[in-house]
Amino acid sequence: MKLHDIAHARTGDKGDISNISVIAYDPAHWPLIRDMVTTDRVAAHFETFDARDISRYEIPQLQALNFVIRGALAGGVTRSLALDAHGKCLASVLLEMQICSSK
Amino acid sequence: MSILRLGAGAGFQGDRIAPAVDLAERGKLDYLIFECLGERTIALAQQARSADPTKGYDPLLERRMRAVLPACVRNGTRIVTNMGAANPRAAAEKTRAVARELGLTGLRVAAVTGDDVVDQVGDLVLDETGKPASELGDRLVSANAYIGIDGLVAALNAGADVVICGRASDPSLFLAPLVHEFGWARDDWTRLGRGILVGHLLECAAQITGGYFADPGLKDVPDLANVGHPLAEVDSDGNAVITKLEGTGGRVSRATCIEQMLYEIHDPARYLQPDVVADFSKVNFKEIGPDRVAVTDGTGTKATGLLKVSVGYRDGWFGEGQISYAGANCVARGNLAISLVRERLAQTSGAIIEQRGELIGVNSVWPSTNDTANTAEVRMRYAARCHDAISAQTVGEEVEGLYLAGPAGGGGVTKSIREVLAIASTLMPAENVATTFEMKGASHEAA
Repeated sequence: MKLHDIAHARTGDKGDISNISVIAYDPAHWPLIRDMVTTDRVAAHFETFDARDISRYEIPQLQALNFVIRGALAGGVTRSLALDAHGKCLASVLLEMQICSSK
Repeated sequence: MSILRLGAGAGFQGDRIAPAVDLAERGKLDYLIFECLGERTIALAQQARSADPTKGYDPLLERRMRAVLPACVRNGTRIVTNMGAANPRAAAEKTRAVARELGLTGLRVAAVTGDDVVDQVGDLVLDETGKPASELGDRLVSANAYIGIDGLVAALNAGADVVICGRASDPSLFLAPLVHEFGWARDDWTRLGRGILVGHLLECAAQITGGYFADPGLKDVPDLANVGHPLAEVDSDGNAVITKLEGTGGRVSRATCIEQMLYEIHDPARYLQPDVVADFSKVNFKEIGPDRVAVTDGTGTKATGLLKVSVGYRDGWFGEGQISYAGANCVARGNLAISLVRERLAQTSGAIIEQRGELIGVNSVWPSTNDTANTAEVRMRYAARCHDAISAQTVGEEVEGLYLAGPAGGGGVTKSIREVLAIASTLMPAENVATTFEMKGASHEAA
């Protein structure tokens, strides 16, 4: 299944840094999300972007992750040539990640 | 006062006005707060002020004030806003003029200044360029510190009905009334952190009431067309209930609150603010009624003593052109168009700094998308940043040239150019930034 089936997400931006939250719909899926949506997998998912580094924060009582991706926005909203200069679409891109429930 | 009611009138410069009017009329609000300054907005405003010294504040300020002032005065609701942008004094003057026109006599309007630090940033090294701001030379447009609550609270303490600032940290617009009303100590890090949390949840207006949220079938939002703006009922300890007015569209739920709490946040335990380092890492949300969510367990630690500074500078010219292709083989024709424009620009324009060509619907957001066999239509987009305006204009012209000299069946060309106003960041000691406020011509030192 896709991450989109079990989680919702939102993108924010500050300068050339994108942050993407990933939040479980059902707390029962939190362990799966926590274990499967790793920094390495997110880096691989966004490999075509020119991201420099990724930080990951867990907020377990909210069943949520927060990813901070530096260099993801081609210079940031003020000078990026990207059509979606804010990177608002990136949360939906991340939810395309494949999740295997029988790992 | 045991519960303070704060409403969000706007979450960005172009935000909708009707929900703010509804809040002003029916919200029984103590404060209506308009957050209208994006990262680049103030640099654009500074350019407007340079062209006309009476401008440089939010272009919608007059319409917003005209729309909400009558109800705010009638209901005793005070207004706090950063619509002053690059010219809070002129914004205050315009607001007084609107009040006079509306017959609202005695309205006390304060302008908070001190965020403009363009004369102090020369030696500061910019994060993005690694060089001192002075090296930007005449490309430097603006430099503004994200100020905290000092000037805002001072203006409220002096009795201002409307407080207008320029660049302040967004949540500070909400923290200031809480500190003013509840008298929180300036080293009460827990309550200050909670106040920042309330501000952060509200500052983007409809983003917590169902906006930027709907995903049909999975995250449905009722009556999104009439989405209401949020309000918070805040107690004297800084815990709060997030809600919206009955009869408005949208929804306030645990899910909308979590999404907004993490919006534009890096380390949730360290949300750096001028007056506190807010800690959202232990926060809990509980749905306690229809469209009512209790937020608890925010906290905070001592402020860093440093303020973020945004530096705006001219960074070349942006040129763009777009053209559509449809039907069989449209992806191949779009890709041919990209290669033609690239080759022609290489011959005609030597001033390109960076460029990209892409197919909207195929790879403009996510370059790795590659299943294009059944694509019904594409829109080719070519964009470049150039040293000069003439070169930037060439980008759109070469896309337009595809009409007669490009692939088969290209239509619907659009083209545009604009000057690039880039933003870089740095930090400066808070003690070097002195905020003041002016009310009815009187000037007062705040900190």
